[in-house]
Amino acid sequence: MSVILILILVSLVVAIAFLTAFFWAVKSGQFDDTYSPSVRMLFEDRVKKEKEAKDD
Amino acid sequence: MNSVSTIVKNETKCYHCGEDCLEGKLTFEEHSFCCNGCKTVYEILSSNDLCDYYSMESTPGFTIRDKAEHSLFDFLDNESIKREVLDFEGEGFQRATLHIPNVHCSSCIWLLESLDRLNPAVLDSVINFSSKKLTVNYKSDEMSLRQLAEMLDSIGYGPQINLKDSDESKKPQKTFDKQLLIKMGIAGFCFGNVMLLSFPDYLGIAGVEEEYRSFFRYLSLALSLPVVFYSGSEYFTSALKGAKQKFANIDVPIAIGLLALFVRSSYEVIADVGPGYFDSLVGLVFFLLIGKWFQSKTYEALSFERDYQSYFPLAVQKRINDAFAPVPVKELKKGDEVLLRNGEVLPADAILIDDYASIDYSFVTGESVPVARKKGDYVYAGGRQVGKQVRFVIQKEVSQSYLTQLWNNDAFGEKEVHTKLVDKVSRYFTLVILLIAFGSAIFWQLTDPSQTWLVFTAVLIIACPCALALSTPFTMGSIMRVFGRNHFYLKNADVIEKLNATNTIVFDKTGTITETQGEALKFCGPALSEAEKALIHTAVASSTHPLSRWIKQFTEAKGFDYNIESFEEIEGKGFVSVVSGLTVKVGSAKFLGVEKSTQNNATQVHVSIGDDYKGYFSFEATYRKGLSALLDALKNKFKFQVLSGDNDKEAERLKSMFPTGSTLRFNQSPEDKLKAIKEIQAKGNDVIMLGDGLNDAGALQQSKVGIAITEDVSLFSPASDAILKASNLMDLHKFIQLAHEGRNVILASFILSLLYNGIGLSFAVAGELTPLVAAILMPLSSISIVVFTTVSINLISKKIKLK
Repeated sequence: MSVILILILVSLVVAIAFLTAFFWAVKSGQFDDTYSPSVRMLFEDRVKKEKEAKDD
Repeated sequence: MNSVSTIVKNETKCYHCGEDCLEGKLTFEEHSFCCNGCKTVYEILSSNDLCDYYSMESTPGFTIRDKAEHSLFDFLDNESIKREVLDFEGEGFQRATLHIPNVHCSSCIWLLESLDRLNPAVLDSVINFSSKKLTVNYKSDEMSLRQLAEMLDSIGYGPQINLKDSDESKKPQKTFDKQLLIKMGIAGFCFGNVMLLSFPDYLGIAGVEEEYRSFFRYLSLALSLPVVFYSGSEYFTSALKGAKQKFANIDVPIAIGLLALFVRSSYEVIADVGPGYFDSLVGLVFFLLIGKWFQSKTYEALSFERDYQSYFPLAVQKRINDAFAPVPVKELKKGDEVLLRNGEVLPADAILIDDYASIDYSFVTGESVPVARKKGDYVYAGGRQVGKQVRFVIQKEVSQSYLTQLWNNDAFGEKEVHTKLVDKVSRYFTLVILLIAFGSAIFWQLTDPSQTWLVFTAVLIIACPCALALSTPFTMGSIMRVFGRNHFYLKNADVIEKLNATNTIVFDKTGTITETQGEALKFCGPALSEAEKALIHTAVASSTHPLSRWIKQFTEAKGFDYNIESFEEIEGKGFVSVVSGLTVKVGSAKFLGVEKSTQNNATQVHVSIGDDYKGYFSFEATYRKGLSALLDALKNKFKFQVLSGDNDKEAERLKSMFPTGSTLRFNQSPEDKLKAIKEIQAKGNDVIMLGDGLNDAGALQQSKVGIAITEDVSLFSPASDAILKASNLMDLHKFIQLAHEGRNVILASFILSLLYNGIGLSFAVAGELTPLVAAILMPLSSISIVVFTTVSINLISKKIKLK
């Protein structure tokens, strides 16, 4: 019975953890520039490329 | 490297910038380039294995052809300037944030973040795309700030460094945005949770579960606290401010509603009489914040506040003893001797002490043909030297110069406060709501006193003009997005309402209604034969004068092969050249010993071949295409005026273009333009000013809506309410029409939201406003208003053919 109370409180704590994550994301500037990260992730991984060159 | 490149004549696109290769293309490693500049950038990139730049987007580069010279960055060696530009200085390492106006695509991001491959002294570089700012960490003992700037310039991404950057005036704006996001986050989080916790009450709790009820309710109460007192705090402070000024803005009824909701709900929970309206309360704040966020879309990379300081250089070469060294322009005094090199801007009024200078005032007046100045001439600040380096003696301090004095005018103080439409409506709205609330309270007091307090608060709750408050931001936000797609960028949403309140449009002439680039070049005299054209083409190719480039394009002729034998340029006059045995003289009338033609006042360049005088080239302004159609579309609603800094040689042509009744003024100084606007306003008119140069800055500031016209929105434009790309100037009537329609949409949504309020009020007055009714009615009204406004704005913009 009281397990519902505990579950609700736990769910709130988990949700607050996500909310804190959101605050951190806003404060660390992740919403400042929403375009370049989407492009940046498509760039070739340079370290790998150099390694391959060495292997050849 | 030059041995690889050959000149081939063919119509192709430049591999670097995508421009047509007009003047004979250059080929290097199987790619074509329009000019040496583009080719050099390619060479730098290819020798550093950075050619991926070209594989991400085709022709990602900016054309270097029109850029006569590379910028000079030696002032960055000056310690005090360096300190202002640098973010951080550590042991053998420095960090700088530079504004790079040319950033525009994914290739740019990739290249600018691969700078360490170009120079190993760069530790890392990160670009912020929306603000076009590049942050670079580099080893300061291996590379100086100046070398960094020069490296960026060499690959076509020259940084723009000016005084405003060092002041960093943009920071407060950023924290505001972040705060809004956090407030929205909290409100959204609480909204979701409170809604879940409210469901049991709505669905009905019976039997065993009843013991949870008060737990759910108190939890809801706890979750609503941060929303009311943090997320919604602005509404209370704004309402208080309004109340103090005895002005009921839209936030007054909102604050009353929020307060009534909170007090009533807390009372119900604490007295254990009902579940309260916490979900409506929290949802309301969440929706209101979304509206605020939607409307606050800003164009970070654009600045609407630029004054002369962000155009003027940071430093200039000043004579100290026998050498020239860069000093900050603020320190310039009367009598200082300064040296201007090709492409540098004169920061203060000065007298020329060298024989000849060619000054380009395009940023000041919009006039793209440079003017010639002789020894002893008084030269106004803001001009850009083209050609050889020249020396000046400063006559006035920077802030006291002819142009910069404009900023001392009162117009640059606070602008008039604009009363928003929604605030006008809310004044009556608040009054009516309070009357109904007290009226129904009195009625219930007489019939059933136990209901009085409940009905009173219910009326205030349901009257909370959430939908009313949302209609404006969503309409304005949608309009701003449509404008942005059409390259018309507004400083904020208020500009749209101000556009509706105007009845006069004032145009600047040069650069606004005339083209800035490629003025019409005309040859006056007997038509030139193809052979003569080719002769002139060959001769002019060696000249560095800015006008020569246009003549060169104009005299393009095929199938001739002339060789240049000698070439001598006389500064400020012209040049003599021997081409395949024939003497070609090009220059001013005086230089050729002929009379200057009085047919027009345009800039003239005279030509003789051998001993025969052939005629002259004249550079005339061309008006932008579609201007008369634009004036036609607007003439019923607006009066027109033209303020030109030029003489009245174009008066007749302008008169024929503008409808009768338009006023044309010529020879207007920057101060005159400002006064002219004041004069029009004194007659009770509200003005839209369209201008492009620094000399229009005062007029732009003074007018109700100042629109800066610019060829390239990433370049400098004076402070204004809006920035419009020149190619979209002819859509101005559509923008104004959309702004008008926007007003109608807002009025329609006002009626719609008042209808909702009416329905809600009938529940409230009857004492039947249950939390469930509120929980359905309030979000429904908000969402339907949002959908109605955004959809209708997008339909209207399609109808008037805006993108």
